[in-house]
Amino acid sequence: MTASTSHATSVVPAAAQTALPAGTRAPDFTLKSTGPNETTSLSQYRGQPVILAFYPADWSPVCGDELALFNEILPEFQRFNAQLLGISVDGIWSHRAYAETKNLHFPLLSDFQPKGDVGREYGVYDEQAGREKRALFVIGGDGIIRWSYVSPNNVNPGADGILKALESLQPARATKGS
Amino acid sequence: MLDMTSRLAVPVSARDHQEGPADAPVTLVEYGDYECPNCGQAFPIVQAIRRDMGDQLRFVFRNFPLTQIHPYAEHAAEAAEAAGAQGKFWPYHDMLFLHQDALTDSDLIGYAADLGLDVARFTRDLEDGAFAERVREDFLSGVRSGVNGTPTFFINSYRYDGSYDYDTLLAALQEAAAQATAG
Repeated sequence: MTASTSHATSVVPAAAQTALPAGTRAPDFTLKSTGPNETTSLSQYRGQPVILAFYPADWSPVCGDELALFNEILPEFQRFNAQLLGISVDGIWSHRAYAETKNLHFPLLSDFQPKGDVGREYGVYDEQAGREKRALFVIGGDGIIRWSYVSPNNVNPGADGILKALESLQPARATKGS
Repeated sequence: MLDMTSRLAVPVSARDHQEGPADAPVTLVEYGDYECPNCGQAFPIVQAIRRDMGDQLRFVFRNFPLTQIHPYAEHAAEAAEAAGAQGKFWPYHDMLFLHQDALTDSDLIGYAADLGLDVARFTRDLEDGAFAERVREDFLSGVRSGVNGTPTFFINSYRYDGSYDYDTLLAALQEAAAQATAG
Protein backbone atom coordinates (compact mmCIF):
# COMPACT_ATOMS: atom_id res chain seq x y z
CA MET A 1 0.00 0.00 0.00
CA THR A 2 1.55 3.24 -1.06
CA ALA A 3 0.83 6.59 0.39
CA SER A 4 -1.42 8.49 -1.97
CA THR A 5 -2.75 11.98 -1.94
CA SER A 6 -6.34 12.22 -0.95
CA HIS A 7 -7.70 12.96 -4.40
CA ALA A 8 -5.97 10.02 -6.09
CA THR A 9 -7.90 6.97 -7.22
CA SER A 10 -9.89 5.60 -4.37
CA VAL A 11 -12.70 3.12 -3.94
CA VAL A 12 -14.46 5.70 -1.81
CA PRO A 13 -16.45 8.56 -3.37
CA ALA A 14 -14.43 11.76 -3.29
CA ALA A 15 -16.96 13.49 -1.06
CA ALA A 16 -18.88 11.09 1.14
CA GLN A 17 -22.00 12.73 2.54
CA THR A 18 -21.86 11.05 5.93
CA ALA A 19 -19.02 9.75 8.04
CA LEU A 20 -17.57 6.54 6.65
CA PRO A 21 -19.06 3.70 8.69
CA ALA A 22 -17.48 0.70 10.37
CA GLY A 23 -16.44 -1.94 7.86
CA THR A 24 -15.21 0.58 5.27
CA ARG A 25 -11.59 0.62 4.19
CA ALA A 26 -10.00 3.79 5.55
CA PRO A 27 -8.83 5.99 2.64
CA ASP A 28 -5.10 6.55 2.82
CA PHE A 29 -3.68 10.06 2.91
CA THR A 30 -0.45 11.94 3.33
CA LEU A 31 -0.54 15.30 5.08
CA LYS A 32 1.93 17.76 6.53
CA SER A 33 2.14 17.21 10.25
CA THR A 34 3.81 18.14 13.51
CA GLY A 35 5.07 14.55 13.81
CA PRO A 36 8.73 13.53 13.73
CA ASN A 37 8.69 13.66 9.90
CA GLU A 38 7.34 16.53 7.87
CA THR A 39 4.46 14.46 6.60
CA THR A 40 2.33 11.69 8.06
CA SER A 41 0.58 8.96 6.10
CA LEU A 42 -2.11 6.69 7.42
CA SER A 43 -0.41 3.72 5.76
CA GLN A 44 2.72 4.08 7.86
CA TYR A 45 0.74 2.77 10.84
CA ARG A 46 -0.33 -0.47 9.16
CA GLY A 47 -0.43 -3.25 11.72
CA GLN A 48 -1.49 -1.07 14.62
CA PRO A 49 -4.77 0.64 15.47
CA VAL A 50 -5.11 4.32 14.55
CA ILE A 51 -7.46 6.86 16.11
CA LEU A 52 -8.28 9.73 13.75
CA ALA A 53 -9.64 12.77 15.57
CA PHE A 54 -11.03 15.38 13.15
CA TYR A 55 -11.70 18.69 14.91
CA PRO A 56 -12.85 22.15 13.80
CA ALA A 57 -9.92 24.36 14.78
CA ASP A 58 -6.81 24.88 16.86
CA TRP A 59 -7.03 27.37 19.73
CA SER A 60 -10.32 26.29 21.20
CA PRO A 61 -11.09 28.61 24.13
CA VAL A 62 -11.85 25.68 26.43
CA CYS A 63 -8.96 24.55 28.60
CA GLY A 64 -10.04 20.96 29.04
CA ASP A 65 -10.98 20.53 25.41
CA GLU A 66 -11.02 17.37 23.33
CA LEU A 67 -7.36 17.34 22.34
CA ALA A 68 -6.11 18.17 25.83
CA LEU A 69 -8.31 15.38 27.12
CA PHE A 70 -7.08 12.81 24.60
CA ASN A 71 -3.51 13.93 25.26
CA GLU A 72 -4.07 13.12 28.91
CA ILE A 73 -5.51 9.71 28.03
CA LEU A 74 -2.67 8.77 25.64
CA PRO A 75 -1.26 6.13 28.02
CA GLU A 76 -4.60 4.31 27.87
CA PHE A 77 -4.54 4.38 24.06
CA GLN A 78 -0.96 3.17 24.06
CA ARG A 79 -1.97 0.08 26.03
CA PHE A 80 -3.65 -0.95 22.78
CA ASN A 81 -0.59 0.12 20.77
CA ALA A 82 -2.89 2.68 19.14
CA GLN A 83 -1.63 5.85 17.42
CA LEU A 84 -3.68 9.03 17.81
CA LEU A 85 -3.68 11.58 14.96
CA GLY A 86 -5.45 14.96 15.16
CA ILE A 87 -6.64 16.51 11.88
CA SER A 88 -7.96 19.98 11.12
CA VAL A 89 -7.73 22.47 8.25
CA ASP A 90 -5.35 24.69 10.22
CA GLY A 91 -1.94 25.32 8.70
CA ILE A 92 1.17 23.62 9.99
CA TRP A 93 2.47 26.70 11.80
CA SER A 94 -0.72 27.03 13.76
CA HIS A 95 -0.55 23.32 14.58
CA ARG A 96 3.03 23.62 15.80
CA ALA A 97 2.30 26.54 18.09
CA TYR A 98 -0.85 24.91 19.36
CA ALA A 99 0.82 21.54 20.02
CA GLU A 100 3.60 23.30 21.90
CA THR A 101 1.23 25.39 24.00
CA LYS A 102 -0.92 22.40 24.90
CA ASN A 103 2.06 20.07 25.34
CA LEU A 104 0.51 17.59 22.93
CA HIS A 105 2.34 14.27 22.52
CA PHE A 106 0.74 13.17 19.27
CA PRO A 107 0.90 14.57 15.72
CA LEU A 108 -1.49 17.18 14.36
CA LEU A 109 -2.12 16.87 10.63
CA SER A 110 -2.93 19.74 8.34
CA ASP A 111 -5.80 19.11 5.89
CA PHE A 112 -4.99 22.47 4.42
CA GLN A 113 -4.16 22.05 0.75
CA PRO A 114 -6.41 21.16 -1.02
CA LYS A 115 -8.43 22.34 1.94
CA GLY A 116 -10.56 19.70 3.63
CA ASP A 117 -9.92 16.97 1.06
CA VAL A 118 -9.25 14.24 3.61
CA GLY A 119 -12.22 15.33 5.70
CA ARG A 120 -14.37 15.13 2.55
CA GLU A 121 -13.18 11.62 1.82
CA TYR A 122 -14.11 10.55 5.32
CA GLY A 123 -17.46 12.35 5.07
CA VAL A 124 -16.78 14.77 7.91
CA TYR A 125 -16.05 18.08 6.19
CA ASP A 126 -18.49 20.91 6.86
CA GLU A 127 -18.67 22.73 3.54
CA GLN A 128 -20.60 25.69 4.92
CA ALA A 129 -18.31 26.37 7.85
CA GLY A 130 -15.21 25.47 5.83
CA ARG A 131 -13.78 23.19 8.48
CA GLU A 132 -13.85 19.62 9.74
CA LYS A 133 -16.67 18.36 11.88
CA ARG A 134 -15.76 16.94 15.27
CA ALA A 135 -15.47 13.27 14.35
CA LEU A 136 -13.66 10.16 15.47
CA PHE A 137 -12.55 7.06 13.61
CA VAL A 138 -10.93 3.95 15.04
CA ILE A 139 -9.09 2.05 12.33
CA GLY A 140 -7.82 -1.50 12.82
CA GLY A 141 -4.30 -2.62 11.99
CA ASP A 142 -5.75 -4.03 8.75
CA GLY A 143 -6.79 -0.54 7.58
CA ILE A 144 -10.53 -1.16 8.08
CA ILE A 145 -12.61 1.40 9.97
CA ARG A 146 -13.97 -0.30 13.09
CA TRP A 147 -15.91 2.58 14.61
CA SER A 148 -16.82 6.11 13.62
CA TYR A 149 -18.63 8.86 15.42
CA VAL A 150 -19.60 12.47 14.68
CA SER A 151 -20.24 14.67 17.72
CA PRO A 152 -23.31 16.87 17.98
CA ASN A 153 -22.56 20.59 17.59
CA ASN A 154 -20.50 22.08 20.38
CA VAL A 155 -20.24 18.87 22.36
CA ASN A 156 -16.80 17.40 22.85
CA PRO A 157 -16.73 13.63 22.67
CA GLY A 158 -15.27 11.73 25.58
CA ALA A 159 -12.84 8.88 25.07
CA ASP A 160 -15.15 6.09 26.21
CA GLY A 161 -16.26 5.23 22.68
CA ILE A 162 -12.66 5.06 21.46
CA LEU A 163 -11.64 2.73 24.28
CA LYS A 164 -14.62 0.46 23.67
CA ALA A 165 -13.72 0.27 19.98
CA LEU A 166 -10.07 -0.50 20.77
CA GLU A 167 -11.18 -3.21 23.17
CA SER A 168 -13.35 -4.76 20.48
CA LEU A 169 -10.23 -5.15 18.33
CA GLN A 170 -8.62 -7.16 21.10
CA PRO A 171 -10.52 -10.45 21.56
CA ALA A 172 -8.33 -12.43 19.17
CA ARG A 173 -5.29 -11.40 21.17
CA ALA A 174 -6.97 -11.80 24.55
CA THR A 175 -8.05 -15.38 23.93
CA LYS A 176 -4.77 -16.44 22.37
CA GLY A 177 -3.48 -19.58 24.04
CA SER A 178 -6.79 -20.38 25.68
CA MET B 1 -29.23 18.37 27.84
CA LEU B 2 -28.53 15.05 29.46
CA ASP B 3 -26.61 12.73 27.20
CA MET B 4 -28.44 9.45 27.67
CA THR B 5 -25.57 7.51 26.11
CA SER B 6 -22.90 8.67 28.55
CA ARG B 7 -23.44 7.25 32.02
CA LEU B 8 -21.26 7.01 35.08
CA ALA B 9 -19.22 3.85 34.65
CA VAL B 10 -18.60 3.72 38.38
CA PRO B 11 -21.73 4.48 40.43
CA VAL B 12 -21.53 6.77 43.42
CA SER B 13 -20.55 4.76 46.48
CA ALA B 14 -19.15 5.09 49.97
CA ARG B 15 -15.67 5.68 48.54
CA ASP B 16 -16.80 9.02 47.10
CA HIS B 17 -16.58 12.40 48.74
CA GLN B 18 -20.18 13.46 49.01
CA GLU B 19 -22.28 16.08 50.70
CA GLY B 20 -26.04 15.96 51.05
CA PRO B 21 -28.41 13.11 51.86
CA ALA B 22 -27.75 9.73 50.25
CA ASP B 23 -31.46 9.55 49.39
CA ALA B 24 -31.64 13.02 47.84
CA PRO B 25 -33.68 13.00 44.60
CA VAL B 26 -30.75 14.42 42.65
CA THR B 27 -27.10 13.50 42.70
CA LEU B 28 -24.71 15.88 40.95
CA VAL B 29 -21.26 14.44 40.24
CA GLU B 30 -18.49 16.77 39.13
CA TYR B 31 -15.26 15.59 37.54
CA GLY B 32 -12.91 18.48 38.08
CA ASP B 33 -9.36 19.79 38.16
CA TYR B 34 -8.26 22.23 40.87
CA GLU B 35 -6.06 24.19 38.48
CA CYS B 36 -8.65 24.43 35.69
CA PRO B 37 -10.00 27.99 35.33
CA ASN B 38 -13.36 26.68 34.09
CA CYS B 39 -13.71 24.57 37.23
CA GLY B 40 -12.81 27.67 39.22
CA GLN B 41 -15.63 29.56 37.50
CA ALA B 42 -18.04 26.72 38.20
CA PHE B 43 -17.07 26.53 41.88
CA PRO B 44 -19.15 29.45 43.27
CA ILE B 45 -22.08 28.41 41.08
CA VAL B 46 -22.01 24.88 42.46
CA GLN B 47 -21.65 26.30 45.97
CA ALA B 48 -24.74 28.48 45.48
CA ILE B 49 -26.74 25.60 44.04
CA ARG B 50 -25.76 23.29 46.92
CA ARG B 51 -26.89 25.96 49.35
CA ASP B 52 -30.15 26.70 47.54
CA MET B 53 -31.20 23.12 46.85
CA GLY B 54 -30.42 21.94 50.36
CA ASP B 55 -31.59 18.39 51.05
CA GLN B 56 -32.79 18.00 47.49
CA LEU B 57 -29.21 17.57 46.32
CA ARG B 58 -26.28 15.26 46.95
CA PHE B 59 -23.00 16.57 45.53
CA VAL B 60 -20.02 14.36 44.68
CA PHE B 61 -16.58 15.51 43.53
CA ARG B 62 -14.16 13.24 41.64
CA ASN B 63 -10.66 14.12 40.47
CA PHE B 64 -9.87 14.66 36.83
CA PRO B 65 -6.51 16.45 36.73
CA LEU B 66 -5.30 17.45 33.25
CA THR B 67 -1.64 17.15 34.13
CA GLN B 68 -0.27 17.99 30.69
CA ILE B 69 -1.70 21.51 30.75
CA HIS B 70 -1.93 22.02 34.51
CA PRO B 71 1.36 21.20 36.25
CA TYR B 72 -0.01 21.60 39.80
CA ALA B 73 -3.29 19.78 39.27
CA GLU B 74 -2.13 16.28 40.18
CA HIS B 75 -0.57 17.21 43.51
CA ALA B 76 -3.52 19.44 44.33
CA ALA B 77 -5.86 16.48 43.80
CA GLU B 78 -3.67 14.20 45.94
CA ALA B 79 -3.53 16.90 48.62
CA ALA B 80 -7.33 17.10 48.74
CA GLU B 81 -7.41 13.33 49.22
CA ALA B 82 -4.78 13.57 51.95
CA ALA B 83 -6.95 16.16 53.68
CA GLY B 84 -9.91 13.83 53.18
CA ALA B 85 -8.02 11.08 55.00
CA GLN B 86 -7.98 13.46 57.95
CA GLY B 87 -11.68 14.24 57.64
CA LYS B 88 -11.26 17.63 55.97
CA PHE B 89 -11.90 16.96 52.31
CA TRP B 90 -14.54 19.62 51.73
CA PRO B 91 -12.86 22.53 53.55
CA TYR B 92 -9.64 21.70 51.71
CA HIS B 93 -11.44 21.35 48.38
CA ASP B 94 -12.96 24.82 48.88
CA MET B 95 -9.57 26.22 49.86
CA LEU B 96 -8.02 24.99 46.61
CA PHE B 97 -10.70 26.53 44.43
CA LEU B 98 -10.37 29.80 46.30
CA HIS B 99 -6.60 29.81 45.70
CA GLN B 100 -6.22 28.42 42.20
CA ASP B 101 -3.25 30.67 41.52
CA ALA B 102 -1.24 29.30 44.47
CA LEU B 103 -0.97 25.53 44.27
CA THR B 104 2.70 24.75 44.79
CA ASP B 105 3.57 22.03 47.32
CA SER B 106 4.41 24.63 49.94
CA ASP B 107 1.06 26.33 49.32
CA LEU B 108 -0.68 22.96 49.68
CA ILE B 109 1.07 22.28 52.97
CA GLY B 110 0.24 25.80 54.15
CA TYR B 111 -3.49 25.19 53.56
CA ALA B 112 -3.22 21.96 55.54
CA ALA B 113 -1.77 23.95 58.44
CA ASP B 114 -4.45 26.63 58.08
CA LEU B 115 -7.15 23.96 58.43
CA GLY B 116 -5.53 22.43 61.49
CA LEU B 117 -4.50 19.16 59.86
CA ASP B 118 -1.66 16.96 61.07
CA VAL B 119 0.90 18.64 58.83
CA ALA B 120 3.62 16.00 59.23
CA ARG B 121 1.26 13.25 58.18
CA PHE B 122 -0.18 15.37 55.36
CA THR B 123 3.31 16.19 54.04
CA ARG B 124 4.39 12.56 54.19
CA ASP B 125 1.24 11.46 52.31
CA LEU B 126 1.89 14.08 49.65
CA GLU B 127 5.56 13.19 49.25
CA ASP B 128 4.84 9.45 49.15
CA GLY B 129 2.08 9.82 46.59
CA ALA B 130 -0.14 7.97 49.05
CA PHE B 131 -3.27 9.00 47.12
CA ALA B 132 -1.92 8.93 43.57
CA GLU B 133 -3.67 5.63 42.90
CA ARG B 134 -6.94 6.96 44.22
CA VAL B 135 -6.72 10.02 41.94
CA ARG B 136 -5.91 7.73 39.03
CA GLU B 137 -8.98 5.62 39.79
CA ASP B 138 -11.14 8.72 39.66
CA PHE B 139 -9.53 9.81 36.41
CA LEU B 140 -10.03 6.44 34.73
CA SER B 141 -13.63 6.19 35.91
CA GLY B 142 -14.16 9.59 34.30
CA VAL B 143 -12.59 8.46 31.04
CA ARG B 144 -14.86 5.41 31.01
CA SER B 145 -17.90 7.55 31.74
CA GLY B 146 -17.37 9.91 28.81
CA VAL B 147 -15.89 12.89 30.65
CA ASN B 148 -15.32 15.34 27.80
CA GLY B 149 -13.47 18.22 29.42
CA THR B 150 -13.30 19.89 32.80
CA PRO B 151 -15.55 20.36 34.54
CA THR B 152 -17.88 17.57 33.42
CA PHE B 153 -21.11 17.11 35.37
CA PHE B 154 -23.31 14.06 35.68
CA ILE B 155 -26.90 14.44 36.88
CA ASN B 156 -28.39 11.25 38.29
CA SER B 157 -25.61 9.38 36.49
CA TYR B 158 -26.12 10.89 33.00
CA ARG B 159 -23.65 13.32 31.50
CA TYR B 160 -24.91 16.88 31.46
CA ASP B 161 -23.89 18.74 28.31
CA GLY B 162 -25.67 22.02 29.03
CA SER B 163 -24.27 25.28 30.29
CA TYR B 164 -23.28 25.46 33.94
CA ASP B 165 -24.38 29.01 34.64
CA TYR B 166 -26.52 29.12 37.79
CA ASP B 167 -29.97 29.33 36.17
CA THR B 168 -29.41 26.66 33.54
CA LEU B 169 -27.75 24.17 35.84
CA LEU B 170 -30.32 24.73 38.60
CA ALA B 171 -33.18 24.21 36.14
CA ALA B 172 -31.64 20.94 34.94
CA LEU B 173 -31.21 19.72 38.51
CA GLN B 174 -34.76 20.71 39.48
CA GLU B 175 -36.12 18.93 36.43
CA ALA B 176 -34.20 15.80 37.40
CA ALA B 177 -35.54 16.12 40.96
CA ALA B 178 -39.11 16.42 39.67
CA GLN B 179 -38.65 13.34 37.48
CA ALA B 180 -37.11 11.35 40.30
CA THR B 181 -39.91 12.15 42.75
CA ALA B 182 -42.63 11.61 40.12
CA GLY B 183 -41.18 8.27 39.04
